[in-house]
Amino acid sequence: MRIPRIAALVAGVAAASLALAGCASSDNGGGGGSSSGVVNVAWGEPENPLIPANTNEVNGGQILTNIFAGLVYYKADGSWDYDAAESIESDDYKTWTIKLKPGQTFSDGTPVTSDSFVKAWQWAAADPELLNQWWFIDAIAFEGGTYDGGENTLALNVVDDTTFTVELAAPRADFPVALGYSVFVPLPESFFDDPDAFGDNPVGNGPYKIAEDGWVHGESLKLVPNESYNGPRKAENGGLNFVVYASQDAAYADLLSDNVDVIDTVPVSALATFKDDLGDRAVEQATAVFQSFTMNYNLAHFGDDEEGQLRRAAISHAINRQEITDVIFNGTRTPAEDFTSPVIAGFDPASIEGSDVLKYDPDLAVDLWNQANAISPWDGQFQIAYNADGGHQEWVDATANSIKNTLGIDAVGLPYPDFAGLRTEVNDRTIKSAFRTGWQFDFPSQANILGALYVTGSGSNDADYSNPEFDDLFRQGLASPTLEEQNEYFNQAQGVLFKDLPAIPLWYGAVTTGYSTLVDNVEFGWDSWPILYQITKAE
Amino acid sequence: MFWYIVRRILQGIPVFFGSTLIIFAMVFAMPGNPVLRMFGERTPNPAQVAALEAMYHLDQPFFVRYFLYLGDVVQGNLGYTFAGQSVNEILARTFPTTLRLALLAVIIQLGIGVTVGLISGLRKGSVFDGTALVISLLLISMPVFVLGFVMQWFFGIQLGIFRPTVGAGAPWADLILPAIVLAALNMAYVIRLTRASVLETAQQDFVRMAYGKGLTRRRVIPVHILRNSLIPVTTNLAADFGILIVGATVTEGIFNVPGVGNELFKAINRHDTPEIVSIVTILVIVYVLVNLFIDLLYGVLDPRIRYVK
Repeated sequence: MRIPRIAALVAGVAAASLALAGCASSDNGGGGGSSSGVVNVAWGEPENPLIPANTNEVNGGQILTNIFAGLVYYKADGSWDYDAAESIESDDYKTWTIKLKPGQTFSDGTPVTSDSFVKAWQWAAADPELLNQWWFIDAIAFEGGTYDGGENTLALNVVDDTTFTVELAAPRADFPVALGYSVFVPLPESFFDDPDAFGDNPVGNGPYKIAEDGWVHGESLKLVPNESYNGPRKAENGGLNFVVYASQDAAYADLLSDNVDVIDTVPVSALATFKDDLGDRAVEQATAVFQSFTMNYNLAHFGDDEEGQLRRAAISHAINRQEITDVIFNGTRTPAEDFTSPVIAGFDPASIEGSDVLKYDPDLAVDLWNQANAISPWDGQFQIAYNADGGHQEWVDATANSIKNTLGIDAVGLPYPDFAGLRTEVNDRTIKSAFRTGWQFDFPSQANILGALYVTGSGSNDADYSNPEFDDLFRQGLASPTLEEQNEYFNQAQGVLFKDLPAIPLWYGAVTTGYSTLVDNVEFGWDSWPILYQITKAE
Repeated sequence: MFWYIVRRILQGIPVFFGSTLIIFAMVFAMPGNPVLRMFGERTPNPAQVAALEAMYHLDQPFFVRYFLYLGDVVQGNLGYTFAGQSVNEILARTFPTTLRLALLAVIIQLGIGVTVGLISGLRKGSVFDGTALVISLLLISMPVFVLGFVMQWFFGIQLGIFRPTVGAGAPWADLILPAIVLAALNMAYVIRLTRASVLETAQQDFVRMAYGKGLTRRRVIPVHILRNSLIPVTTNLAADFGILIVGATVTEGIFNVPGVGNELFKAINRHDTPEIVSIVTILVIVYVLVNLFIDLLYGVLDPRIRYVK
């Protein structure tokens, strides 16, 4: 999922509000008693119509999560449980049988059946050209899931009203985890009559439904509890009111005066003061975001050979991650220890061979660099490209400086005016420098990041990395029945990554945010989103 | 009079073409494919990119694109944002709010500005005059976003008199604080202009003549002094209307007013090129029309420059 970046208006804005955000009352009253209040949530207008297969950014995603119930849902810690499904089973992890809980309905009263799921997924796979989430059907490797599209392209079979089967192209033990992603929700019959109209007023089967005339574009979207929902995510409040904010600063000002109850992130200008402002209502926790930078294997001196491998390791050892996260990020990021995330099940870098390549070790870095120079002397400048519209300059410059000071080479940050400009060169492989990369997990499984970024030929393999040993270990991990076995393979696969370093891991993301004095039970999930249905608020 | 209006409107046409061409060229001169932004760090399916490029004419040469766009604009279709929303609808939704905000700002700056300026001018050198000069200097030297954040923090968060941001439906009461911020800078200029103008007019022969005829101050000040002092203020107002809307981009962003400036603020943050071009185009048209209107207003205030054929 993509996070829209709200760039600071001008540096001065940040400076001004930094000085201002110093004081605010912070008595933590909280709700208590009956919880029928409507929770106000800071939000942005979705960038696409609210069609599950066409929504790939967080604002639309937040609404979908609350108005739809997929087969499974994610808890705050990233574990999953059944939502609309009663069971999801398989003997070989290739053919899956999915049973639905009986008697479920959409908020318009029509029943949720196997067809609701099967038709929705087939529709998403039928027109790959215009659906932002088509990649997902492909990434899961459904049998028949190719870019060709067409009718009934996926191997899905309806057995009866509450049972259907899914056939995958390759065994995948974490399939149920992936099913919690919003692209796999069911759709009512009315969707297929007029998808465009549906995108403006979607009808779901989740804990909430859109209030009548609830969506005032550019201003707000109101959700009310859906009485017909009987799943595990029953709404604990009187509804949700998503309010559009043009800037994080405006949302934060409203949070301080209790006009909005939950914000997604504290503006940069208030990072230094938000803990004082909010007291125990300030939230700071790790989230499933992985930051790195990547050198394509076509970059001079960083090819798929001994010299490239030595140089990659030298660069990695030359970065003082601890110092950069402490100084640049005020300690809100944690240095990377592997290629996944500490909030995702299976995280265990200590047991992975070679993970110490991420340790800051200037002497070893220089030594490795000199070994590489013996093969082919270094010339020129080491550049790390980044988009200047996303607040990356400080850490990129700090990272380049760390490399420069350790290795004694010329290293600089290379700004691109905007994200699109950077991605254009990365995508058509014309970029002639290292470049910043990152990943926000779509579903809480290590398979999500390892499969999307490093498997030969996978969609976001920006380095053009290809190692059959890694591919093989990854596939074996996917097909392993238990988490323990899967992790064993994935850790071995990560061992290969530590040796090859197709990307240089930097640090893990964190969410820094807070909530108002009027609400209780606010919890932020593994994906950094607030878990809205369980928030309580007095009238 | 009629021909004057026609001539002025015709003059607006090259202005329209020139400004849209420049905006269009600048926005699309940014390197990179804007479509790719929609996919984040994920590499999109090439077929999907091609389809989106065709949808936004990004596969066409620059001038073809520009004329396709102009053709749409002439037919009243301002195009679609990358999110697929009609820019017409966005403007229809947001313009009323921005106009209300601008109207409120104009009322504040004229009401307070002219009154203070008039008193200052009539009582030159008094304590009131000195205080007004210092305050206006302060307002002129303060950037609008600093003033905006200070007012939001002090009146909104600390004192709680106003909501720090504008609530749903943008009620008038919520618009007062942003309108004051928006009006502040130009209000300072209005104070100074009115003061200088009143000082000058008060020395004129016709004013002494009026007093000489035995007219009272209550008659001379509003009819003879004030009316003649308002001409430069009116010119200033015209120039200011554009600034009000540009300034509104910052102010509406700070106070989260659901207006055009806020929409432009978000569009720029999202790099939504079709939306940026269309909104700025509309702002240019509005600016041209408002200037025309103000020029016509001169005639009402000063019969000497009334347009006779």
